Amino acid sequence: MVAAPQAKTDTTMQIDAMRLPEGGAWITAAREEALARLRATGLPQRRDEYWKFTRPDSLTLAEAPRAALFEDGDEPEMFGDMDRLRLVFVDGVFDPEASDDPELAGVRIERLADVAGQDLHWARDLYGTLEAGGQTPVPRPLAALNTALAEDGVLIHVTGKASKPINLVYHHRSETSDALLHHVVKLDAGAELTVLENGPAAARFNNVMEVDVADEARFHHVRVQGRDHERRAATHVFARLGRESAFKSFTMTANGVMTRNECVINLTGDDASAHVAGAAMGDGDFHQDDTVFVTHDAERCESRQVFKKVLRNGATGVFQGKILVKPGAQKTDGYQISQSLLLDGDSQFLAKPELEIYADDVACSHGSTSGAIDEDALYYLRSRGIPRPIATDLLVLSFLAEAVEEIAEESLRDEVTTRLSGWLERRRG
Amino acid sequence: MLEIKNLHVDLEEEDKTILKGVDLTVEAGKVHAIMGPNGSGKSTLSYVLSGRDGYTVTEGSATLDGQDLLDMETEERAAAGLFLAFQYPVEIPGVGNMTFLRTAVNAQRKARGQDEISASDFLKLVREKAKALEIDADMLKRPVNVGFSGGEKKRNEILQMAVLEPRMCILDETDSGLDVDAMKLVANGVNSLRDAGRGFLVITHYQRLLDHIVPDVVHIMSEGRIIKSGGPELALEVEKNGYADLKAEVA
Repeated sequence: MVAAPQAKTDTTMQIDAMRLPEGGAWITAAREEALARLRATGLPQRRDEYWKFTRPDSLTLAEAPRAALFEDGDEPEMFGDMDRLRLVFVDGVFDPEASDDPELAGVRIERLADVAGQDLHWARDLYGTLEAGGQTPVPRPLAALNTALAEDGVLIHVTGKASKPINLVYHHRSETSDALLHHVVKLDAGAELTVLENGPAAARFNNVMEVDVADEARFHHVRVQGRDHERRAATHVFARLGRESAFKSFTMTANGVMTRNECVINLTGDDASAHVAGAAMGDGDFHQDDTVFVTHDAERCESRQVFKKVLRNGATGVFQGKILVKPGAQKTDGYQISQSLLLDGDSQFLAKPELEIYADDVACSHGSTSGAIDEDALYYLRSRGIPRPIATDLLVLSFLAEAVEEIAEESLRDEVTTRLSGWLERRRG
Repeated sequence: MLEIKNLHVDLEEEDKTILKGVDLTVEAGKVHAIMGPNGSGKSTLSYVLSGRDGYTVTEGSATLDGQDLLDMETEERAAAGLFLAFQYPVEIPGVGNMTFLRTAVNAQRKARGQDEISASDFLKLVREKAKALEIDADMLKRPVNVGFSGGEKKRNEILQMAVLEPRMCILDETDSGLDVDAMKLVANGVNSLRDAGRGFLVITHYQRLLDHIVPDVVHIMSEGRIIKSGGPELALEVEKNGYADLKAEVA
């Protein structure tokens, strides 16, 4: 099908008007290539199949729509009780004053804004590479745009087992901020790292993280997208997994008028494992989209996708998840489940689960359901004296638990559960 | 304490009358048993008293200590002191047994205008009650009824009863699916709660539970009515002759 010429011109003009940030030789080259990729695909549009359930307009507009700031009041700091290395970004700009010293044994941390003139070959080889690989078979223009235009972010090289997590903290201080951050994480063979992300970041946030997990390395990612309701976000996590490596990513999303989280994983070494999970809670004009693409390109790899969404007062949840098993990827074990709990008749869940398999000795399964609160369970709880609103909240947490349990570490699981209950409590009538 | 008068109940979905004029009074300190064949309305009676959706009371009344039960929400009935031990306890994944119990205790205390129980007092209370029912720490930690055997589920019901200390306990076929040892544990749990201020309504198919929980009064229910009442010997008579004889006798 030929694209409508008028619309095509619109995004071409917008792309032509983009100016690449200043930088050294290699980063400029990477940005130019990304811009060329973006030019080839154009910005996402409503008619694109991959954007069938989520309107891209507010994510692609030249100017970010305004987003009111949320008063955080006395809410305790996320991950506040954990020993972690905090790197703080305010409206998409690194704030060294508010951050911890970027010193961690076995880990090298550089700021993207400072790479000009530095020969960081590990970052050079990775920056934009996984994003470029993730453009086929489905284009991800917002990620190419990010690679081209992001001025800040962190480049992390892990050579050993990091003694504590790196926490990327995203503050939102300006109602009109339009932030792009691009992070690169390279884990050498056998290395281990946990990355935590939290905070509303900006009025509009475009975040890309490229993660290269070498043989026998382990990467653990826990992200919390909460608070400021009017914010919009498009995020991408690209991961490449080597032999016997492990990748685990969990995202909690609460609030947000527009969130699109894409996760693109390539299992390239035998016996690797990738788990992606999400728990989303939306109320009212909430739109949250998880788009996941897992490619099995090696033998005996295992992948799991577990996504749960609780929707009320007309909120919308989207799940597009795919498992692609390439020829020769024998003994693949792929699992995918997406479920929604609709607390009223106005909310909706749109799901597109897909399997595409070119190997003959694999075990893949997927399932997707939408349901209401279980009346028998509600009656049981109420018969013990628990009032309906509290009983309902318990059942909501019960529903989300399968996704939360994907988080390996208990303290992180508890922290996320506490946030989920807090969100529910604040909405109790 | 529990007073049921001329209770008529329809099942909403099937537009069918299940209870056709039940009269029953359970006094404080007494154990009443209801026996009856399948479909006689025993379980319906327990659901209606605890406020399950799907039933319409067309006539009659049910009060607990003079309070109109039928006018209250399910949770209000619980706070007023009514407890139903389920025939099929519900599994709730992702909610720990302790969290569930504590939420229930505190919700009832709040409804009665009492302060919340402290975490340490609560732990002490549960541990003590759990021990008598041979419920270990692992079972307390696990999600509510998830992966519990039939016997564990029933013991968990009695644990909830022991912790919540209701005025009026209804046991709906608590003996179903229990082996002899589990039945003894459950019966001991119930017997230890027998008290001058507490009433029991034990619903059962078979007489054997009543060997362990000896009732003061036995009622026979058939086709939505109590057709005969008597002492413990009535249960033995049913065991020997079946329900058919009794029905014929009353008719």
